[in-house]
Order: sequence, then C-alpha cells, then structure tokens
Amino acid sequence: MRESTFWPRLLAHPWILGIAGILIVLLLWTAVTATGLVDRLFLPSPAAVLAAGQAQASAGILGRDLVASVTRVFTGFALSAVVALPLGIAMGTNRAICQLLEPLMGLIRYMPAPAFIPLLIIYFGLEELPKVMLIFIGTVFFNTLMIMDAVKFVPHELVETALTLGGSRAQVLTRVITPCIAPQVLDTYRINMASAWNLVIVAELVAANEGLGKRISLAQRFLRTDEIFVGLIVIGVIGLLIDLGFRLLMRRACSWAN
Amino acid sequence: MHLSVDSVCKSFGEGKARKLVLDTVSFSISSGEFVALVGSSGSGKSTMMRLVAGLERPSAGRITVDGVPVKGPGSDRGMVFQKYSLYPWLTAAQNVAFGMRLQRLPQREVQERTSYFLEVVGLSDAARRLPRELSGGMQQRVAIARALAAEPKVLLLDEPFGALDLQIRESMQEFLHGLWQRTGLTALLITHDLEEALLLAQRVHILAPRPGRIVRSVEADLPPGELAHLRISPEFLALREELAACLRGLDGGLGL
Repeated sequence: MRESTFWPRLLAHPWILGIAGILIVLLLWTAVTATGLVDRLFLPSPAAVLAAGQAQASAGILGRDLVASVTRVFTGFALSAVVALPLGIAMGTNRAICQLLEPLMGLIRYMPAPAFIPLLIIYFGLEELPKVMLIFIGTVFFNTLMIMDAVKFVPHELVETALTLGGSRAQVLTRVITPCIAPQVLDTYRINMASAWNLVIVAELVAANEGLGKRISLAQRFLRTDEIFVGLIVIGVIGLLIDLGFRLLMRRACSWAN
Repeated sequence: MHLSVDSVCKSFGEGKARKLVLDTVSFSISSGEFVALVGSSGSGKSTMMRLVAGLERPSAGRITVDGVPVKGPGSDRGMVFQKYSLYPWLTAAQNVAFGMRLQRLPQREVQERTSYFLEVVGLSDAARRLPRELSGGMQQRVAIARALAAEPKVLLLDEPFGALDLQIRESMQEFLHGLWQRTGLTALLITHDLEEALLLAQRVHILAPRPGRIVRSVEADLPPGELAHLRISPEFLALREELAACLRGLDGGLGL
C-alpha cells in the first residue's frame, strides 16, 4: 500500500517539480561541459563555478560584495516603500492629489531609470548615494501607482460602513483602508523588489568599488566566466529568497486574504 | 427619536445630463417603528437610503433626526448593506466590536456588548470565525449585530437579504421580525420584495420609478404572530394582491 502511494504523493508536493526542473538544467549543464563540446571559456563546468564561488567566499570577497549590494537594494527600496505608501494612499483617496500627480508619475515612470545614472553621478558623485537614489527613482513610481490602485479597489461598502458606525476620516484610513490594502502592498513590494535588484547591478556595472554587479564586470575584463556565473547564480538565489520571504510574510500577516 | 424626510429631491449630473432621481419624497419614522420603501430598480430607493445615512446630500428638501439636520454619516443611523460589508480581516466578534472600537468604548463594555449581540443574532459559536468562513445568511446577521451594537437610533437596511437564496431569505426575514419584536428596534427597510416589506414593516411606501416618488403608503399592521402563518393569512394575501396590482400599473412594474 505504502509503495503504491509514494510516487503520486511525492509528485503532488508543490515544490517537487520545481526542484526537478532546476536539477535537470544542472544535469544538462554538467553533461555538456563533461563532453568538452563547448569551450570552457564560454561555459565553465558546475564544478569550476563552485570552486570559483568557494575561492571568492574564503577570500571574503563574496561576503563583502553581498553586503554591499544587499545594503544598497534595501536602503533604496525601503526609502521607496516608505515614500510610496502614504503617497499611494493619498492619491487613491483624494481625487485632487490623484489628478495632480498621476500624469506626472505616468510620464516619469516611462523614463528608463538607468538613463538617470549620468545625472545621478553628476549630482551625487560616485559613492553610495547615487546607487540608492537610482533604486529609489526606479521603484518609487511603480510602488506608488500600484498602491494607489489597491486603494481604489477597496470596496466602498467597507468605507461607508465605518462612516455609518461613527468612524472619522482618519479612522477610515487607519482601520479600514490600511489593513484592507496590506496584502496588495506586500505583493507590490515583492514584485518591484525584482526591479530594485536589476537596478543595483546596473548601477554597479557603471561605477562601484564592490558589489555583485561590480564583480561581474571585473570578471568580464579578465575573461573569468566562472566568476560571472557565480555572480549570476548568487543574485538569482538572493532574489528568490527575498521573494519567498515576502510570500511568507504575506501568509503570516494577511492569512485572511489567502 | 423622530426621523423626518421632508420634500427631498435628488438629482445627479449637471446641465443637459442632469437627471432627477428622487422627486419630493416625504415620510417619517418614530421610535419602535419599522418602515419599508418598496420599488423596482430605477425608483431611487437606494439613493433615498444613502441620503438618510448621510452618504449623499439632498438637492432640495430636509432630512432631520430629532429636529437636527443630517449633515453626514453618523452612528445614530447604522446601515446594513446588501453585501460585501464585513471586514474580511476581522473575525465575526471583531466585526461586531468594530463600531464600538471606533467610538472608543471601554474594553470591558465592548466585550460584553459584542457577546450579547452575537447571541442576539444566534452566532455565539461563530465568534472566532472569519467572514469567508460564514455563509451569506450568517454574514448578514453579523452585519446586523455590528450595526445594532453601535446603538443607532434607527437601523437602515438596504436590501439586506437581496443577495441571499430564497429559503435563507425567508428564515432571515423571520429572524429580523423576531428581533424587532424582542428588541423594539427602529428600522427603515429598502427592498424590491413587496412580500418582505409587508411582512416586516408596519408602514409601507411604494416608490414609482423615474423619477422616484412615493405613490402609495399603507399601514401594514397585520396581526402579530409567526411569519409562516402570516404569509398565508387572508389579510396579508389581499393586501399583497392589491399592492402588487398597484406596482404592476407603474412604469416597468415588478411582475409579482
């Protein structure tokens, strides 16, 4: 009995096929590099990438790069999230503010954030500030507009019920609108966090002393494809972890919305 | 308590697009009364309710509670919407407590009244459940308990059972009728269901559509007793037939 249900049960686990997909690619990668069909310069073997990663880790480079990039992403994105939340709520609840800002934001939103890098360097130099500002500019408009939309979709019955129960406008904001949009806000942050990661790498490719993006551009200069792979994989894994973190937070904090 | 609606008109839009929705509507409710407005879609009955709740302002005329003009929504006029009005992130008990918390009542009083009103609507066992775990009928009972717990002078019921299945609707009507008899609440009911209005209310106003106006008012003081008996009593059936004919005669009748 037990054997006959083992495989269906295993396959029914939500993660199992996803893990299988990753393993298949790893396997193909190993097989292709083992045959020697592709130049090792273009496609290093998984073992070589692992070795390069270990070398970077033991030299402390990987840790420093990681801290540098993650700090930039979190600082820039936290700034963006903190500004976008009240602004999005204000635009979603007040027609005048919305009419004033929405066309402006719609315009700036379509300017590619990396195109701001030269300006940011002129304004803020080559230190941390221009990188943090790039992430801020690249995500704050998306965050704001998505939060505004979430506010506009709050059922008006929920707002009006609070008013007929004697609630003030301020109470409607804090006790109705804020909890109601919490799941969408977390989801907005989760989605736009991906752009924050894109932007930090772009910023580091242009100007930085350390960081995962900087390491990739250095590796290119010395034709170290194995180190480029290390950088790419680390970036992917961290992005995935952040995504999972947001999902977990959402499941914990907003279980009513699942 | 005396709620008075005096020659109220309401129109939406400007200039050529201006549309009259309510035309010189007057009626009143005193403490302990149950009044119903019946009309088809387009009769402006929901607009009338929103005006009384203070969610919209009349274009002309006056709405007063105990002589004081209604200037906006307030806890003296608690409203029960047709659906989607429970806070999905709060449990049934927290929903009932919501209005009392907005009014910053002491914690102990909130707890006592929450459990009392959950009991009144027969949902003590469901106190810890989230709205999505409750049936449609239970959700509406929570919404009624929440409105009552805020101690309104008048309860505004905007098609409260309109989204429910017929059988549940009938049991909810019995529930509301019993509640009215037990607690002596004051209520204004909006419905398109003539039978519902006649069974629950003491006074029924028939609204004609486009523009909404009261064309007929009847005292529906049927003998007290169980609704199941009332539904098939000759007085009730005669009154219903008479008013149904009246409604059929109106533009776009109800076809009862």
